Amino acid sequence: MARLRLDHVSKRYGDFHAVRDVTLDVADGEFVVLLGPSGCGKTTTLRMIAGFITPTAGGVHLADREVTGLPPWKRNAGMVFQSYALFPHLSVAQNVAFGLEMRRLAKADITTRVAEALKLVRLDHLAGRLPRQLSGGQQQRVALARALAIRPDVLLLDEPLSNLDAKLRQEVRVEIRELQRQLGLTTVMVTHDQEEALTMADRLVVMNEGSVRQIGGQRDLYERPADRFVAGFVGRGMFLTGRVEAPGRFRTEGGLALACDGGASGPAVLALRPERLEIGPAPLSGLDNSLPGTVEFISYLGAASDVHVRLSPSDRVIVQVANRGGDAAPEIGATVHVGWPATAGRLFAPGGDPPSL
Amino acid sequence: MTSSALLDSRRVGRWALNGAAGLALAVILTPLVFVTWLAFFRQEIPSFPPEGYSLRWFAAIADEKKFVDGFSLSLQLGVMATLIGLALGVPAALCVVRFRFPGREALGSLLLLPLMVPGVVLGTSMYVFHVEAENALDVDVLGTFWALLAGHVIIVIPWVVRLVMASLAGFDRTIEEAAHNLGANPVTTFFRVTLPMIRPGIVAAGLFGFVTSFGNLEMSLFLVGPGRTTLPIAILQYLEWRIDPTIAAVSVLQILLIGGAMLVTDRFVKISRVV
Repeated sequence: MARLRLDHVSKRYGDFHAVRDVTLDVADGEFVVLLGPSGCGKTTTLRMIAGFITPTAGGVHLADREVTGLPPWKRNAGMVFQSYALFPHLSVAQNVAFGLEMRRLAKADITTRVAEALKLVRLDHLAGRLPRQLSGGQQQRVALARALAIRPDVLLLDEPLSNLDAKLRQEVRVEIRELQRQLGLTTVMVTHDQEEALTMADRLVVMNEGSVRQIGGQRDLYERPADRFVAGFVGRGMFLTGRVEAPGRFRTEGGLALACDGGASGPAVLALRPERLEIGPAPLSGLDNSLPGTVEFISYLGAASDVHVRLSPSDRVIVQVANRGGDAAPEIGATVHVGWPATAGRLFAPGGDPPSL
Repeated sequence: MTSSALLDSRRVGRWALNGAAGLALAVILTPLVFVTWLAFFRQEIPSFPPEGYSLRWFAAIADEKKFVDGFSLSLQLGVMATLIGLALGVPAALCVVRFRFPGREALGSLLLLPLMVPGVVLGTSMYVFHVEAENALDVDVLGTFWALLAGHVIIVIPWVVRLVMASLAGFDRTIEEAAHNLGANPVTTFFRVTLPMIRPGIVAAGLFGFVTSFGNLEMSLFLVGPGRTTLPIAILQYLEWRIDPTIAAVSVLQILLIGGAMLVTDRFVKISRVV
C-alpha cells in the first residue's frame, strides 16, 4: 500500500496561519492520529491531504505521486466524514458502489466489491436500506465501507467517532483498529479526544495553533513530552512555576525547594503527573522530595481519588490515589506528606500554553 | 391542578384545535362543494333546490369551442412555462444560495418579486413593454403566443426559486465533498448527488408553477391576442353573457386536473415536506 508524505505544508488565510510548516511521513499500513484542541489545524491538515484545501506552501505526496494541486476527485483518498455524509437518496449498497462507478469498474466487479466491503463492516444484511433507516453506528459503518471499497491509497478519518454514544465509541475504536491492521491500511485520523488517540494510533502527531508540537508513540508523548503544551494535553499535567537555581535544584514561586532532574539555571516550569506522586501521613523516606501540606479538596472518581494538597500559599498539587478499599482515605483539612522522585518531574521553559488540566 | 382537570383542559384544547382546523377546511371546501354540486343541476338558471340532475353541462363544454381552445392553450402555456421556469429558476436559486457576490440578496428578492406584484400591474407593465418592443424591433410581439408565454414564465420563476432555495437551505455540503472524495467531478456530483437530493423541491416547484400559470387570469388578460384565449379568460367571457352550470362543469374539470396532479406528485415526493 501507499505512503503519504507532507512536505513543509502550510495554509494561510490572510494573516491567519491555519497550518504552519507541517512535515509528516506516514509509512505503509501505519495508523497516525492528529491530535489537538479545536482550531489547532488538524482538520485543515486532513483536508489538505484529501484535496479539499490547497496548501499555501509545501507539497503533498500520496503513493509516490505529487498530488498537491490535484482536486479531490483525482486523488485516491478515502474519507470518513464526521457527519458520515452518506448520500440520502441512495441505498447502502449504492452508497458503497458510488466510488466504484466513478472508477468505471465493470458491473460484476462492483457487485463483488460492494458485497466485500459491506461484509467487512458486517452490514451485508442491510444493503438495500436507505441511510435514514439505519442507526448512527450503522451509518458510520456504511461511511467506512464506502471509503474502503475504493481501496484508497490512504484512509482519512475525520473525528469518525464523535457522533456515537460513549459505549459504542469504545467498541468501534477497537473495530476500526482491527480492520485497519487486517487490511494494512495507511490511515490518518483526526481527533481531539486523547484517549481515542492513545488507544488507536501507531504514532501520534500533537498539534497546537497550526504547528506540530511533537510526533511520537504514546510512551514518548507521555514520558518525554517535548514542551509544556504536550505535557498538559497528553495525560494530565500539573505545573509549578519557579526557577532552576542550580542543576538539580528548583525553587517554586511559593518558596519550596525541590529536587529536580538536571536543568539549566533560570526561570522554568516543573511539570508533574498526579499519578506519579505519593501521599502519606508521615514524611516519605526514600523519595527525593517529601513535603508537608494540607488537603483542600478530594474528588472521588471510583477507581481512584484526586486529592488536592496545598504545599505553599501559591503551590497546590493533585495526587491521584488508587482506591483499593479499606485504605484510610485522607480527609479535607488533614495534614499529609506528598513526595516524588526527582525523575518524576520534567522541566520546561516558562510561558507557552496554560496547562489543560 | 389535579390530574383529571389537566386531562380535561387538554381535551378541551384538542377540541378547540380540531374545531378551528375543521372551520378553516370548511371555508376552503364549501365553494368547491357547491360548484361541484351545481355542475350536475339540470336547469339552466341555478336555483335551489335543483329540479333534477344531469350530465348535460359536461357535454356542453365540448360544444363550446372557446373552452376547448382555452383549455388547450392553458395546458400548453402551463407545461412550457413550467419547463422554461425550471430551466431558469433552478440555476438561479443555486447561484443565490451557493455563491457569494455583491447584490446576492437583492437578486434573491428580485426573483421573488413577481409573486408580490399584483397581476394587473404585472400585466399592464408587460403590455406597455410589448408595445415599446414592437415599435423598436418592428416585429409582432403584442398578443403573440411567445409574449404570453414569456409572461407566464415570469410568474412561474418565483415559485421555482422559492421552493428550490428552501430545499437547498438545509443541504449538507459535506455530502458533495464525499462525492468529490469518491472520484466524482463537480458536474457528475451535481447530476448524481445535488440534483437528486433537491428533487422534491424541484417537483413541487414544477407543480406550483404549473398551477399558477394554468389559473392565471389578471396578467393574461393584458397579453392575449385576438382569437387566443386561456381557459380562465374563456370562463370570464362566458360568464359575462350566461350563468348556466357549464361554468361549474368546467371548474369541476379544473379541480380534478389540479387535484390529480397533486396526488400524482405526492406519490413521488411528499409535498407537505417541501412547502
